[in-house]
Amino acid sequence: MISRRDFLQASMAASAIIGASGFGQWGRLAAQQALTQDQLLQFETFGNVSLIHLTDLHAQLKPIWFREPEINIGMGDNRGAVPHVTGADFRRLYGIDDGSASHYALTYDDFAALGQTYGKMGGIDRVATVVNAIRADRPDALFLDGGDTWHGSLPCYKTEGQDVVNVMNALRPDAMTFHWEFTLGSDRVREIIGDLPFDALGQNIFDAEWDEPSEDFKPYSFFERGGVKIAVIGQAFPYMPIANPGWMFPEYSFGIRDERMQEMVDEVRGMGAELVVCLSHNGFDVDKKMASRVQGIDVILAGHTHDALPEPVLVGETIIIASGSNGKFISRVDLDVRDGRMMGFRHKLIPIFSDVIAPDAEVTALVEAEHAPFADEMAEVIGTTDADTLLYRRGNFNGSWDDLICDALISEREADIAMSPGVRWGPSIMPGQDITREDIWNVTSMTYGKAYRTEMTGEFIHTILEDVADNLFNPDPYYQQGGDMVRLGGLGYTIDVNQPIGSRISGLTMLKTGETLDPASTYVVAGWASVNQATEGPQIWDVVENHIRKQDTVSVAPNTSVKVVGA
Amino acid sequence: MTFNRRQALVMSMGAAAAAVLPLRLSAAIEDNIAAFTGGAEIGEGGITLTAPEIAENGNTVPVSVSAPGATAIMILAAGNPTPAVGIFHFGPLAGAQSASTRIRLAGTQDVIAIAQMPDGSFVQASQEVKVTIGGCGG
Repeated sequence: MISRRDFLQASMAASAIIGASGFGQWGRLAAQQALTQDQLLQFETFGNVSLIHLTDLHAQLKPIWFREPEINIGMGDNRGAVPHVTGADFRRLYGIDDGSASHYALTYDDFAALGQTYGKMGGIDRVATVVNAIRADRPDALFLDGGDTWHGSLPCYKTEGQDVVNVMNALRPDAMTFHWEFTLGSDRVREIIGDLPFDALGQNIFDAEWDEPSEDFKPYSFFERGGVKIAVIGQAFPYMPIANPGWMFPEYSFGIRDERMQEMVDEVRGMGAELVVCLSHNGFDVDKKMASRVQGIDVILAGHTHDALPEPVLVGETIIIASGSNGKFISRVDLDVRDGRMMGFRHKLIPIFSDVIAPDAEVTALVEAEHAPFADEMAEVIGTTDADTLLYRRGNFNGSWDDLICDALISEREADIAMSPGVRWGPSIMPGQDITREDIWNVTSMTYGKAYRTEMTGEFIHTILEDVADNLFNPDPYYQQGGDMVRLGGLGYTIDVNQPIGSRISGLTMLKTGETLDPASTYVVAGWASVNQATEGPQIWDVVENHIRKQDTVSVAPNTSVKVVGA
Repeated sequence: MTFNRRQALVMSMGAAAAAVLPLRLSAAIEDNIAAFTGGAEIGEGGITLTAPEIAENGNTVPVSVSAPGATAIMILAAGNPTPAVGIFHFGPLAGAQSASTRIRLAGTQDVIAIAQMPDGSFVQASQEVKVTIGGCGG
């Protein structure tokens, strides 16, 4: 496939020099010289339509470290299928050389060492450079934002999303769909979308009271680009009120609603659409199933599950594009649309190496201006990571950031057990790096972040774990509700992912005493991100900050408390 | 005990109906179905049940059912203490044979819809609706 060759040009050039470069600043310089912006952007313009896809930015306007998952288990038909392939297996699958730029960008292992060579990724000013370069090739390229954009940083929280909105508007997207945006509250969401210079899409956003399509969001937009009539249908995150607090947006109902998706495809085809694009926040496996059930979608631009894939996945006649998260990548998809149908495509997942791609000065200045009111607050150093500790979150089970947050909850809130949500966002912190307040907010900020302290019986804790596990490991993707497994502190367990709900979790053990969790006994549990209204407690970022301040240098031992069976 | 021919036939058809249902049904549901169908065999197709895969709120789950030409449609919540939800009857002047309602689900369970067609035959559709604690949203 063309896409593989294009993508690998960058990685092969880099791997040629890594053997000689070693780590540290010299290695960084070597990487900069070997990897060029021209290489990263190199693309032979194809066909008559270009799509640009950015998704799951999570308000990361500046370059970040972001380690991809080590454990990402696929269930049912998705066992062993991308994106449920990680590490060396992923590299073998796509022919990526060990130690290459693509190794660093797309897989988890040797992250700290390779990061020294290749540097941070992302940065919306670099993204702007790439978008502008594509527009120079193809002035009428469609730029589509998959959502999870106005959430995830200190300034985003304090401006209720306005900083990201202002910056993104400068990049001139053509349409957008949504997930975490709704946690700003429905009044705020309507306020923002009322001023957006592009369409807010979601065919599956319904009025909860009348169970009819919401008037606040269009199901699709029509564009005419390169002489082609293009319909972009929006698909918001289907499980909004289940995975996030429904009381914050009570007017809306969601769901997959693939029967309405089919109606919309038929409707736009009836109106003359020659190309049908679905801008989706379903998550990759849900998109695959939807593509098998809904006929007539040419391209699904997939989001939510943060997967970055160097090649499209083909389901029937639909190509599914996964463009990563946090600004690490954008996808360019060129399409040849003739005689009312898609005849061919060329695709490239463009890695945003922040030391290689020049920032767009205008956007850099805009980000600085938006962040200026919070700059001192964000920059304050709270602690440092030990030389042995990389802080990361992404993966089906506890990451080291989660372990640190759980430790903070247990010690600051005097609890037996801590629970931390299995969200997929949250950049990494390198060993020996300062931890600033900005860094802590990047992994904790949300509009329902209060750290509760409550009592639960052992039986109820077990029920919660079974419930969350089924939301992740149900063999049918339509029954997988959202994030990764809830992270635990103070409690270990064994999980057999192939069992049905109620039978997956066993061996619940209090880590401090080695005692078995007693179903009838009551335990003090501290956690955050409760979807219940009127949750009380300090904000999680304050809890974590206090804990890190006391540690000064943070060291997190490898977590061996979760034993996975049947993966 | 002896059976007459009619009783024996009803029994065997009941067994066939149980075999096509991919569900383990409680006695209460079987009683409800038997009362509606008179024990007749239940086929597939010609009926569409629309329900969320995962309920946003288990206390009020929107379900819709449509069976073109049907004279009556029964909805059951297989896992509720009282499975009977209701029977919608459609007269000859009904413009469409479809109905929507909201039901309360005690937990994750199958929702079943059975339609009686004008020729006296029955068809059914079912879907699992998951009721979950929620949270942890990606």
